[in-house]
Amino acid sequence: MAEVMLGLAFHGIHDPVRWDTASARPVPAARTATAGGAAGTVRFEAVSKTYRSASGTVQALDAIDLAIPAGTIFGIIGRSGAGKSSLLRTINRLEEPTSGRVIVDGEPIEALDADGLVALRRRIGMIFQHFNLLSAKTVRQNVALPLAVAGVPKAEIGPRVDEVLRLVGLEDKADVYPSRLSGGQKQRVGIARALVTRPALLLCDEATSALDPEATLAILGLLRDINRRLGITIVLITHEMSVIREICSDVVVLERGRIAETGPVWRVFGQPEHAATRALLEPLSRDLPEDLAARLRSDRTAGASLLLRITCAGEALDLAALTGAAGAPVGLIQAGIDRIQGRAVGRMIIAIAGAAPEVEERLRVLGGEIERIGYVAADD
Amino acid sequence: MSPQMIDRLWQAGLDTLIMVTTSAGIAVLVGLPLALFLVTSGPGGIFPAPRTNRVIGTLVNGFRAVPFIVLLVALIPFTRLVTGTTIGVWAAIVPLAVSATPFFARIAEVSLREVDAGLIEAAQSIGCRRRHILAHVLLPEALPGIVAGFTITLVSMIGASAMAGAVGAGGLGDVAIRYGYQRFDTTVMTAVIAILIALVCLVQLAGDTAVRRLRAR
Repeated sequence: MAEVMLGLAFHGIHDPVRWDTASARPVPAARTATAGGAAGTVRFEAVSKTYRSASGTVQALDAIDLAIPAGTIFGIIGRSGAGKSSLLRTINRLEEPTSGRVIVDGEPIEALDADGLVALRRRIGMIFQHFNLLSAKTVRQNVALPLAVAGVPKAEIGPRVDEVLRLVGLEDKADVYPSRLSGGQKQRVGIARALVTRPALLLCDEATSALDPEATLAILGLLRDINRRLGITIVLITHEMSVIREICSDVVVLERGRIAETGPVWRVFGQPEHAATRALLEPLSRDLPEDLAARLRSDRTAGASLLLRITCAGEALDLAALTGAAGAPVGLIQAGIDRIQGRAVGRMIIAIAGAAPEVEERLRVLGGEIERIGYVAADD
Repeated sequence: MSPQMIDRLWQAGLDTLIMVTTSAGIAVLVGLPLALFLVTSGPGGIFPAPRTNRVIGTLVNGFRAVPFIVLLVALIPFTRLVTGTTIGVWAAIVPLAVSATPFFARIAEVSLREVDAGLIEAAQSIGCRRRHILAHVLLPEALPGIVAGFTITLVSMIGASAMAGAVGAGGLGDVAIRYGYQRFDTTVMTAVIAILIALVCLVQLAGDTAVRRLRAR
């Protein structure tokens, strides 16, 4: 019985909440770790999903093998139609895989009957892009619903609803209808509703995509707090790289139903190996000044400077060695460091005058990733 | 107007009210489950039964296609079976209910279909069983639309009940035909029209108010 003391310092609430992470969940029998799987883990084994439509079949997921460890914030990213949503929904069987297995908390879920499925879903919280709150119910009634349909006694529901509403900082909105709330507040209600059954796993379906930047940061902060304080595994899908960079520890990049690459965020973002990842990162690295971008050529002309983008994760680049290796004047156009999950990722754009073709090769030995952006003529 | 005529109008008004409210009650009791079935039993619904869905859907369309005055006569054997008579108020309630039920079912179906599929998905994700989805999601979320649809049903039933005179059921329409039209009594005709207009306005006002209150949440 793991008990976590919550000194709720966030949202201005200071009375400690005791969060019993195990005993009070509705189906303790089902979630006592079976087959060695800890609560809050997900494993995909060759999961495929094919949709049939009038215009033919669409392969949404293609033999996905992936393990999500307990306690992580795991990001699933990809362009629209890459299969993110399908993959997330196989975890609580809102979507049935065509083949393959999904194993939650060490327990394969494809064979669950109706009762087993309901029990599984009560151990998995889920929040949505459009919040999906019931407009005919107050905030309190919305949050209470998962407990009410699970047959939890009324006397117990009240305190638990108050507890999660305090957790998300909405205790003063308990009796209003969702239509009176802002987007950020609605998502807080969604989070409260997802957490009221004390799940070990929280699924987030584009949870911040409908929010303004400020509310997005607040919700991401709340999710990070929930992950740290309650130890809940969070699986989120998003098409926004900034969301992943903000809170995820691990990421998987999906491309046409397949895993393009996966790993810790600092590595995948720091040195993306797959074209799909680079394409998704493009908005973050569009840092070439406009006047230069306008003069960019792909072919080399006499006297042109070579523009290179250098990315290095983890270690610092030796600038003296860089100029030495270039063997020509090096102009620094832009440089910066991103902190991704506590790791430094340096990016810089340099212009090398003269631009002998072998310069790139010489620079490669210095480490880091080098990408040729193009050539810029000296003056035109 | 003579006191007898006023009395006659009063009685006719009561008959109309009895016919309309009773058959409207039946229309809701039968039509709402019918609508829920039509919405949830389609392919991909929460109670999938596509074949039964098609059969019921066709049946509903069939009844909707028959004009009320034809239904009134065509249903006479069925009416006798149910009420033991083929004339009077109760004999009119049977065809009225039979015609209003599929009408209301289709209108309620539209409102139920408009409930965001995301809400059903959210309900499933928190461990709702199918009956919970009916009780907590589909019905409450569609309620404003269902109430608005019920108002429309009531108004069109007030119109239909005027034809019930054809089976000797009385009611305002019957008075208007027999005294206003056949005996050229313009005063009665005008009075009946005024009462009908007032009745319809009242129903519409009550319905609109209820819908506004429900939507204000």
